[in-house]
Amino acid sequence: MTMNKAISNIGSNVIESVEQIGRTFNLLLIIAWKILLPPYQVFPVIKQIYFIGARSMTVIIISGVTIGMVLGLQFYNTLERFGSVGVLGSAVALSIIRELGPVMTALMVVGRAGSAICAELGIMRISEQVDALECMAISPDKYLVAPKLLGGIISVPLLNFVFNVVAIGGGYIVGVVIFGVAEGSYVNGMIDAVVWSDVRLGLVKSLIFGMLITLICCAKGFYLHLSRYGSHGAEGVSRATTDAVVISSISVLFCDFLIGALMS
Amino acid sequence: MESSNAIEIRDLVVDYGTRRILNEISFDIRQGEIMVIMGGSGAGKSTLLRCMLGLKSPTSGHIHMLGTDICHASREELYKLREQMGVAFQGGALFTSMSVAENIQLPLREHTDLDENTIQIMTRIKLDMVNLLPHENLMPSELSGGMTKRAALARAIIMDPKLLFFDEPSAGLDPITSAELDELIISLKESMNMTIVVVTHELESVFAIADRIAILGDGELIQVGTPEEIKASTDERVVNLLNRTPRESVVDGDQHLQRLTAE
Repeated sequence: MTMNKAISNIGSNVIESVEQIGRTFNLLLIIAWKILLPPYQVFPVIKQIYFIGARSMTVIIISGVTIGMVLGLQFYNTLERFGSVGVLGSAVALSIIRELGPVMTALMVVGRAGSAICAELGIMRISEQVDALECMAISPDKYLVAPKLLGGIISVPLLNFVFNVVAIGGGYIVGVVIFGVAEGSYVNGMIDAVVWSDVRLGLVKSLIFGMLITLICCAKGFYLHLSRYGSHGAEGVSRATTDAVVISSISVLFCDFLIGALMS
Repeated sequence: MESSNAIEIRDLVVDYGTRRILNEISFDIRQGEIMVIMGGSGAGKSTLLRCMLGLKSPTSGHIHMLGTDICHASREELYKLREQMGVAFQGGALFTSMSVAENIQLPLREHTDLDENTIQIMTRIKLDMVNLLPHENLMPSELSGGMTKRAALARAIIMDPKLLFFDEPSAGLDPITSAELDELIISLKESMNMTIVVVTHELESVFAIADRIAILGDGELIQVGTPEEIKASTDERVVNLLNRTPRESVVDGDQHLQRLTAE
């Protein structure tokens, strides 16, 4: 009996996961089609760029500087053993532009804006606001989800750029200002080492991460009523938000590897 | 041929998994009347309303609304029909990030090319109808229960719909506010010639506003008729509902014990 129940639970979990993945990508296709059709949601997209992008600046700057300083410190300690502190700038810049920048930016946006997006849509779903939009003949996916998705796709690469700049600055503070590495070798080493393909890799990653995290967070909240805890009210919203953050974060890390493997 | 019925429901069946919620429901709602759908908790009122709004697909059956079969309509056809419908949800379903006036203006902004001045005037006319004119700049969180329902009603009628759906207008309201809402519903029908569908289980409201009443019980349509016909009904379930007689459940001792001790 218990064995049967366990197998049944595994089966229902697998079915629900497959359904969720299908719904999420279906939502992406619907939105990709609907954003091409008028009326165009310009102001709501700007509002979302402000919410996802501008309001995440503080956390991005603080985490960028901190991570840049930590990288600078660790690389300096390692490189000093081999007498190669001259490549500190290039090591810090390449690590940040190719890997840490896009990943950390996406994780910070998931924590700050992704969870809020999921909770907002989830609450709108359980309080019948999404149904009200449907009944007013206003497409909720276009009105609610599309601006958030576009806002995420535009904001995350911009935040990634800011993160890269301040993180490289953090590495500079530790390497040049504190440990006295020559400014010329830090800056020139960085300029020589970083090529267009590194910048392109970071840009592609941040664009995909931006789309992925906003899509997952939107879908989790928007389709809350179809999930197994959809009728659990506030607890359902809380669980959907937790799931959205966890799934988004894991997806970012997995896609980071995948894109890196395909583009390197 | 133009039908005198605004809504025609035929053989409507709705299942949730293995549970049958609505079983072979058939009745008509005439143009320009106030039809009240009533029944006890779990009778299937809300499911029927969701089917009529196109938010829930029935397992089988048809709903013809203003000549369109909404069970088989495309999304475009459904949206075209919904532009002629207004819905006031039980909890209001007002958008919490918008003021009362912005909530009411939303359908106008999305579906018309009216200039700002006209939108403002139309908003104030509707707000005045529901006695909320002084509160147009309040946020939904600052409204009382009655004000929320009136704001939802103002939003529902902003496009001058042919069909108005009102879910539980009296639920959770004091008797005076409830009576005011009833008067408002009647005046809307008279002044705007709307077909109004009200879902409720508040008996006082039902007999105050209804032209006809449809009574649901355990997913079945028990009776449709005028308030007088319903009052004169001899059907036990209708009589129990009107007299607020508690349901008697026959308890099988063995089954009950098994339920309590089951692992």
